[in-house]
Amino acid sequence: MSIKLVNIVKKFKNPDNPTEEVVAVKNVNLEVEEGEMVTFLGPSGCGKTTTLRIISGFEQPTSGEVWIDNKNVGNLPPNKRDTSMVFQNYALFPHLSVFRNVSFALELKGMDQNTIKEKVYSILELVGLSQFVNRRPDQLSGGQQQRVALARAIINEPKVLLFDEPLSNLDAKLREQMRGEIRRIQKTLNITSIYVTHDQIEAMSLSDRIMVMNKGEVMQIGTPLEIYTKPQNRFVADFIGRVNFIEGIVEDITHLYIRVNYNGVVKDIPSFSGDFAQGEKVVTVVRPESIKLSAKEEKIPFLHGKITNMVYLGATLEYEIDTPIGNILAIVSNPLEKGMFKIGEEVGIDFPEKTAHIIP
Amino acid sequence: MKKYLRKSKEEIKLILGDPLLFIGILLIMASLILFILYPLFKVFLVSISRNGGYSLSAYKEAMKNWYFRKAFENSMLMATLTSILGVIVGYIFAFTITRTDIPLKKFFNIIAIIPIISPPFIGALAILMLFGNNGLITSSLLHINNFPIYGLRGLLFAQVITFFPVAYIMLKGVIESINPTLEDAALDLGAKRFQVFRRVTFPLTIPGIASAILILFVETLADFGNPLILAGSRFPILSVQAYLQITGMYDLKGGATLAMILLVPSISIFLLQKYWVSKKQYITITGKPTTSVIKLVSPPIKWILFSICLFFSGLIILLYVTILWGAFAKTWGVDNTFTLDHFRYIFEVGFKAVTDTLIIAGTSTPISGILGMIIAFLVVRKRFPGRGFMEFTSMLSFGVPGTVIGIGYILAFNSYPFYLTGTLLILLLNFIYRYIPVGIQSGVAILRQIDPSIEEAAIDLGADSQTTFRKVTLPLIVPAFFSGLVYSFVRAMTAISAAIFLVSAGWNLMTVQIMSQVEAGRLGAAAAFSVVLVLLILLAIFIIRTFLNKKYGKLGGQVLKF
Repeated sequence: MSIKLVNIVKKFKNPDNPTEEVVAVKNVNLEVEEGEMVTFLGPSGCGKTTTLRIISGFEQPTSGEVWIDNKNVGNLPPNKRDTSMVFQNYALFPHLSVFRNVSFALELKGMDQNTIKEKVYSILELVGLSQFVNRRPDQLSGGQQQRVALARAIINEPKVLLFDEPLSNLDAKLREQMRGEIRRIQKTLNITSIYVTHDQIEAMSLSDRIMVMNKGEVMQIGTPLEIYTKPQNRFVADFIGRVNFIEGIVEDITHLYIRVNYNGVVKDIPSFSGDFAQGEKVVTVVRPESIKLSAKEEKIPFLHGKITNMVYLGATLEYEIDTPIGNILAIVSNPLEKGMFKIGEEVGIDFPEKTAHIIP
Repeated sequence: MKKYLRKSKEEIKLILGDPLLFIGILLIMASLILFILYPLFKVFLVSISRNGGYSLSAYKEAMKNWYFRKAFENSMLMATLTSILGVIVGYIFAFTITRTDIPLKKFFNIIAIIPIISPPFIGALAILMLFGNNGLITSSLLHINNFPIYGLRGLLFAQVITFFPVAYIMLKGVIESINPTLEDAALDLGAKRFQVFRRVTFPLTIPGIASAILILFVETLADFGNPLILAGSRFPILSVQAYLQITGMYDLKGGATLAMILLVPSISIFLLQKYWVSKKQYITITGKPTTSVIKLVSPPIKWILFSICLFFSGLIILLYVTILWGAFAKTWGVDNTFTLDHFRYIFEVGFKAVTDTLIIAGTSTPISGILGMIIAFLVVRKRFPGRGFMEFTSMLSFGVPGTVIGIGYILAFNSYPFYLTGTLLILLLNFIYRYIPVGIQSGVAILRQIDPSIEEAAIDLGADSQTTFRKVTLPLIVPAFFSGLVYSFVRAMTAISAAIFLVSAGWNLMTVQIMSQVEAGRLGAAAAFSVVLVLLILLAIFIIRTFLNKKYGKLGGQVLKF
C-alpha cells in the first residue's frame, strides 16, 4: 500500500467568525496502490486541496492518520516526507535558473556535481526542456514552467507525487497536451500520484481512479467508467458529465433488474446494487447521449415532448425538449447522418434500459 | 478561550519541532521587550514614583504649571497646523506630478525628496539664517532688526517644509494607484473635469489623506530639532521642554512626566492610523495595467498648480543655497566674504563627530535591517503564540517620539545590570531598535508579494526552515533589504531627538554638534556641518545604488526610489 488515509478530519476556524468552526475535510478514507494515479475531483472548497496538503504535511489533520509506504507520517514535517508537490502556480524559484531549480533537492542532499549534472540533464530530457537549462523561470512560457516544476518534483524520485491543479493556468490546447505528458511520465516512472483538479475531463483522462468530493465529504471513489456510468448519488451524476434525472416508483425487484414505473410507463432497469424497496421513489440517471429521439408517429415512445431549443456544436447536436416530466436534454452525435429536428417539432423520447442507472 | 489555548498548543508543538526557530523567536521577543518596552515602562515608572511609593502628583503639578500647559497646547497646535498645511502642499505636489503633463516633473520630484534625506532641522537652520536677528532677508535686505521669527510663524514654516515631503510620498503612491480608467469612465459618462476630480479622484484619495494627516501629526509632535532652534522661550514645545527639564534642570521626574504627556497622544494617533485608517484604502488597479492620457485638468489650472510647485521648490532651493552659502561665509549676516574656515574647523576640531556618526550609523543600520527582515519573515510566514505582540512591539518605535525613547534609555540603562550610559553600545542599541520598523515594513511588503508556495516548494523538496530562508527567501528579499537599509541609514545619520540624550564625550554625533553650534550662535559652523552631513548621505546612497544596479541590474535600480 503506497498511501493510506484513515478517518482524516480537518477543521478550520471561520475567518469571519472565529468562534465558529468550519469542517473542511470530513472522515476521508482512501487507499492508493503503488504506481496508481488517483484524482481528487470536486468543486472549489470541497476539501480536495486541503486533503492533498495534509498528505504533503503542509496541513496538520485535526484527527486521523496518514500512512505513506506503510509508515505513519503524522509526526513528520513536509521536508522529511517522501512526497513531491507540483504546485498550481508552479512555485519556481524566480532567482534560480532552470538547472538550479531542478537540482535544488539534489544539492540539499549534498550530491556531487557530476551526478547532479547527469541526473538533471536526463530529467530535462524526459520533460523535453534540454535546451532551456540556463534560462530563468520568467523567460519561459507557462507550459515550459510547468515542465520545470514537474522535473523538479520527480528528480528526487519521491515515493509519492502530488499535483495541485497543475494545469489550471494553461490554455485549453496546452492543457490537453500536458495532460498526456504527465500521464506518460507518471507511468514511465511508475510513481504513485495524487492529482487534484476541478476539471472532470482532466480527471477522466488521467486517472486510474477518481475520488469525488463535495463539502469535505467523499461522494464516491471509483474508476472513471464506474464514476460516469454508475454514480452513487445525484451529486456525482450531476458533477461529472451532463445528466437527466427521471423520477419513478419501484414496482418490482428481481436479481437482474428493478422494474420502475414512470407515470404509467414501465421499464426494467438492470441493477446490481442498491437496496431499494417496492413502492420507493427512485431517480433514474440517464445521460443525454443515451436519449433516443424519434419522429412522433413512428412508434409508441416512452415520452412525448416538444423541442424548445437546439444548439449545433459540429460533432454533436443538443436538443432541449419540454416534456410532461420536465426538461430533457438529448445529445445526438453525427447529426447529419441521423437527421435533424426543428424547434417546435413534437418528438418521441426513449432510452435503452442498459444505459440507465438507478439512485435513491 | 479553550479553542485559543488549543490553537496555541498546536502552534507551540509545531515550533518545538524546530528548536532553532524556537530559540530565535524567544531571543527576539526578549530583546524587543528589553530595548523597546522596558525603557517606556521606566519613563512611566519614574513619572509616578514618589518617596518610594506611587502617585500621580507629578502630573497634577505639570497640569498646574501654566508654562507646561502652554507647551502642551502649542505642541498640539503645531502638530495640527503642520499636518493640515503639509498634506495640502504634499497633495498639490503629488497630484500635479502624477496627473498633469507639466514640465519639470522629475525636478519637482527630486526637490520634494531632498528634505527627507536631510537632517530634519535644516529648514529651521536656514530660516534662522534668512529671517533671524542677523538674517539675510530681514536684516541685510530689509533692515529690520529683531524680526520675530521665533515662535509659531517661523516654526510652522520650517515644519511644513520638513514634513510635506512625507505627505507627498504617501499621497503620490495613493494617487498613482487610482486606475485612470475610472476617470475616463466618469468623463465618458458626461462629468466635467472638475466634477471628475471632486466626485471620483478626490473621494478615492480621502483615506490616503487621512493617513497622511495622522502620520504628519505624529511626526510633528515628535519633532525636536526645528522647535529647539526656532520655538524660542515664549513659545514652549513639549518635546523641547522635556529635554530642557532633564539636561537643564536635572529634573528626571519632571522630564519623564512631560515625556509621558507627549507619548499618549503620539501613540494614540499612531495606532489609529496603523490599525484603522490605513486599512480603509481603496484598491482600484485590477487586471492589466492601463495607460491613459492625462486630461483631468484644464490648462489654466495646470499652470496654477505648476506655479505652486515652482514656488515651494524655489523656497526649498533658497533654504539649501542659504545653508551652502552660510557654510562658506565668514560671519553670517555680518561679513559674508568667502572662507573655508568652517570646514577647516570641522576637519580639525569636529572630525571625531563625523567618524563617530559614520561608525554608529554604519554599524547599526545593517544590524537593524537584518533584524527587521527576520522579524518580517517570522511575522508574515510563521505561526506562533505572541506573533501579534512581536509585530506590534517592533512597529511601536514609529509612533514613539524620539525624546521619550531617549529619556527612557537614560533611565533604563544607567544602573546595574544595564549600565550603558556614555557607551557606544547604548547609541547602537537605540538606533537598531528605533529603525527596525523600516526594515520590517519593506520586508513585509516584499514577502507578501512572494507566493508562499515558493517556500513550500523548497520545504517539500527536503529543505528545513533555515535552509529555505537562506537559499530561497533571502535572495528574493535582498533588493528590498538594501532599499530599507538606505532609508534607515538616512534616518540614523540625521537622528537627533533620542540621540541627544545618549551622546557623551566619548561618542558624539554630527547632528548634536550642529545643534550646539546653533546654540552657541556659530551658524557658519552649523551650516558647514550640515553640508558635510548631506554630502555623506548622498555619497552613501550613490554607492549602494551603484552596487545594486551592478548586481541586480534594473531590479536594484527600481528598488531604490530616491
